[in-house]
Amino acid sequence: MADTEKIIEIEVLRYRPEQDKEPVWQSYKVPFTDDMSVLQGVQYIKDYLDETVSFRWSCRMAICGSCGMMIDDKPKLSCKTFLRDYYPGKLRVEALKHLPIERDLIVDATDFITKLESIKPYIIPKEERTLAQGEYLQTPEQRDMYEQFSSCINCMLCYAACPQYGLNPKFTGPGILALMHRYNADSRDGGQAERNELGYADEGYWGCTAVGYCSEVCPKGVDPANAINQNKMNSAINYFTRFVTPGGADK
Amino acid sequence: MSNRRPYVRSMDGWWKRDAYFVSYMAREVTSVFVAAYAVVLLFGLVRLGQGEAAFNGWLQYLKTPWMLVFHVIVLAVFCYHTWSWFKIMPKTMPIMFVGGKRVQPGTITGTGLAAAVVACLALLFIVGGVS
Repeated sequence: MADTEKIIEIEVLRYRPEQDKEPVWQSYKVPFTDDMSVLQGVQYIKDYLDETVSFRWSCRMAICGSCGMMIDDKPKLSCKTFLRDYYPGKLRVEALKHLPIERDLIVDATDFITKLESIKPYIIPKEERTLAQGEYLQTPEQRDMYEQFSSCINCMLCYAACPQYGLNPKFTGPGILALMHRYNADSRDGGQAERNELGYADEGYWGCTAVGYCSEVCPKGVDPANAINQNKMNSAINYFTRFVTPGGADK
Repeated sequence: MSNRRPYVRSMDGWWKRDAYFVSYMAREVTSVFVAAYAVVLLFGLVRLGQGEAAFNGWLQYLKTPWMLVFHVIVLAVFCYHTWSWFKIMPKTMPIMFVGGKRVQPGTITGTGLAAAVVACLALLFIVGGVS
């Protein structure tokens, strides 16, 4: 078949901490078919050309969030990006921007995971109910207020898209602030006061300058920029009302 | 002992890296022009406080060739400013439903732009009516 004879050049940004002082580009010629994803291209390199190339992957169907990388400088899931869209040119793959490179295409996600835990990404019930009292009910309208924000798969593409995070890694960042909003906006949740301490801090919602690229690159349509910026009004109201609330300014 | 040595990449020239960042920076820069024009108007207010002759002098100054060129540039920049900020406006709004349907981002941007056009036309009409 003519299809199998097509060969595409993939340049990989290599970084092997034990031998490279800084990352270097390495080129590979990969035979491919039209149904092959970029992830499959990188897997081909590891299986047949260079077993030292390191990268993360798991599900191959855009739900595990493991295989995010910069593909021609755009943050993408490599499993849902196709080699055919870059042919006959070449393509460059690089570890997600703004995050430290651990090795080759693998980033150090420690900061992301630490922040993720800090925002209490789970429902803190507004009212404790026993099993006998039954489930926590919610109308479809109440569900609509948070549903899109619950689609996050923690792939960190939005962090690679956010220059504010790149410039100041203390910024909580798009994905985690969107998750914070997801729980705060849930009618069953009562944990807003606990989470807002982080949300209303300088590193929280206000670290965002509405670049909006996070929402563009999100593979799940979460729209983190919306989750963050709609909270700035609440934060501003909270800031000013403490001056007129008895004892509020001490907070 | 750990052999880890995570590599942090430089952010130098980050805004030139992607066309999306360039348009973001262009949007931000327009705010400088808005501030600059606010100073021009503020100066007019000061001259008004100094009397009719001073105010007329300021009006005459606005009609000099360089100030006309400045106004043309500012008008173009303000158009981009208006469009780019209303484009990002849907990101700042809570999720809204009208008649059970979610209000789309395009509707919010379109409404904002329409309001800006109506406000400009109303202002032109009022100023035209006064003079």
